[in-house]
Amino acid sequence: MGSPRHHAEAGEFNQWRFFMELRRSDIILSRLAAGPSILLLFVWMAVPLAMTIYFSFLNYNLLEPGMEQWTGFLNYEFFFSDPAFGQALFNTLAMVGMIIVFSVVLGLLTAVLLNQDFWGRGLTRVLAISPFFIMPTVSALLWKNMLMHPVSGFFAWLFSAVNLEPIDWLSDFPLGSIIMMITWQWIPFAALILLTSLQSLDESQVEAAKIDGAGPIRMFLYITVPHLMRSVVVVVLIESIFLLTIFAEIFVTTGGGPGLETTNIAFLVYSQALLQFDVGGAAAGGVVAVILANIVAIFLMRMIGKNLD
Amino acid sequence: MTNNKNYQKTLFTFTGWFVSLLLFFPIFWMIHTSFKTELDAFSMPPSFFFFDATLENYGIVQERSNYFHFSMNSVILSFGSTFLGLLIAIPAALAMAFRPSKRTRGTLLWILSTKMMPPVGVLVPLYLIFRDFKLLDTRIGLTLVLMMINLPIIVWMLYTYFKEVPHPLLEAARLDGANLWQEIRHVLVPITFGGIASTFLLSVIFAWNEAFWTLNLTASDAAPLTAFIASYSSPEGLFWAKLSAASTMAVAPILMFGWFSQRQLVQGMTFGAVK
Repeated sequence: MGSPRHHAEAGEFNQWRFFMELRRSDIILSRLAAGPSILLLFVWMAVPLAMTIYFSFLNYNLLEPGMEQWTGFLNYEFFFSDPAFGQALFNTLAMVGMIIVFSVVLGLLTAVLLNQDFWGRGLTRVLAISPFFIMPTVSALLWKNMLMHPVSGFFAWLFSAVNLEPIDWLSDFPLGSIIMMITWQWIPFAALILLTSLQSLDESQVEAAKIDGAGPIRMFLYITVPHLMRSVVVVVLIESIFLLTIFAEIFVTTGGGPGLETTNIAFLVYSQALLQFDVGGAAAGGVVAVILANIVAIFLMRMIGKNLD
Repeated sequence: MTNNKNYQKTLFTFTGWFVSLLLFFPIFWMIHTSFKTELDAFSMPPSFFFFDATLENYGIVQERSNYFHFSMNSVILSFGSTFLGLLIAIPAALAMAFRPSKRTRGTLLWILSTKMMPPVGVLVPLYLIFRDFKLLDTRIGLTLVLMMINLPIIVWMLYTYFKEVPHPLLEAARLDGANLWQEIRHVLVPITFGGIASTFLLSVIFAWNEAFWTLNLTASDAAPLTAFIASYSSPEGLFWAKLSAASTMAVAPILMFGWFSQRQLVQGMTFGAVK
């Protein structure tokens, strides 16, 4: 064994080998340390998922206890042939995609603005990130009633103030309204992470570009945006985790309607399970939702996997 | 030149404040409405300045539903689940950051992917398990669920902080004869304290605002503020001033918590994206 200094110079890998040799018992210790988290998450995921898969092959309705029987893929057939499925799938993807795009773009603009030097900047930051702390149920009720109400809402007043016909937001543009409302909740999150990233921008690089005569727009496109890419990936990842399962906002405002226009997969499964008591059908929907999430996850993991190094 | 600079600063001040106030406006409007009478709350055009400010809505909300009970539940659930989560996640993140094996990366990705499992996929089984174990509508049951919900994010965030710790520092401590515990206590914790704090803050915020499991697995005993507010969403309970007062009461604690810890939260919220 060489000296630690020698190993440190030989690079990180050797340095680790040095440590491992030094304390072999640590390996056992580290297994013990990581164990509980991994075991708990495994149980948390595997047990209910196994039950869901099992239920999805049963004709199982809470209103008919004791009548459960094996039905093969019947629940899946019903779920896929239900026109609600296609609509819910579209709505889910539309919500995730649009909210991510809007919140990242608007969050980036907010972050760039809040990164400038101006009077009262600290206070504006506190104001601007506030929507992030608001619980979804509150924000949904607030938007539905005080802002979007077609007669007495604030937007209705704004529209009539400029002589426009007030819009009945949640009836005429239900999906758009939900997207708008949830985008508002996520702008601060995107802005926060992008702002942190902006602040870590290398000043010397900016100065060099300035001396080379780059204008503000070119500098933004060729220096700032590439620097921010890592953070954008993180924002997209975290947001999609939360947005794939939007529930409370729909539950409180539209109840999935009018018709099925704001029903996403999460809400569809919920209404099957807890409103129609069709456990088998809901379980099939749940399995489909898990598969969908996994497809999205694979794409995201490809992106984020590089970020872990 | 200075003039130009001043002009620029004025412009940024104006737009900066405009955008921030725009983002904050819905919250301001909610707080504002909560001090109006029901009549003023509905009036068109809305009353901005000239209305009889009143506190009666808050009194009525408190009378109608026991705010203290719900907010206590929110505090217990969000802080309880966060402490438990950190207790389990810190050793795991430490182990993965400092003793990485070939499978560490895969394990981390898998941990994060569990977060992507839609809760509806497991709602029914979990509901039945909770029913059979008499955990429905109990604080302990919901604390565990919220802990599991946030565990992947906690582990991942901590991992990104721990990985940034300069190795020579730990090496030096070891050569000075520090044991594992001393190393954690005197080297790791001081360096990563900011990261742990911001993970803590984010987990509390997520748990406080979590509204799928808290709505579906509670009725009254363990119901937190998300459920308190949902009870005001029914049509017969639609009085805007009271709704606003209830909403303000539901978000005030976490909003103030967020405001005061804002600096810490912002500093830490990089998820390893900023080197």
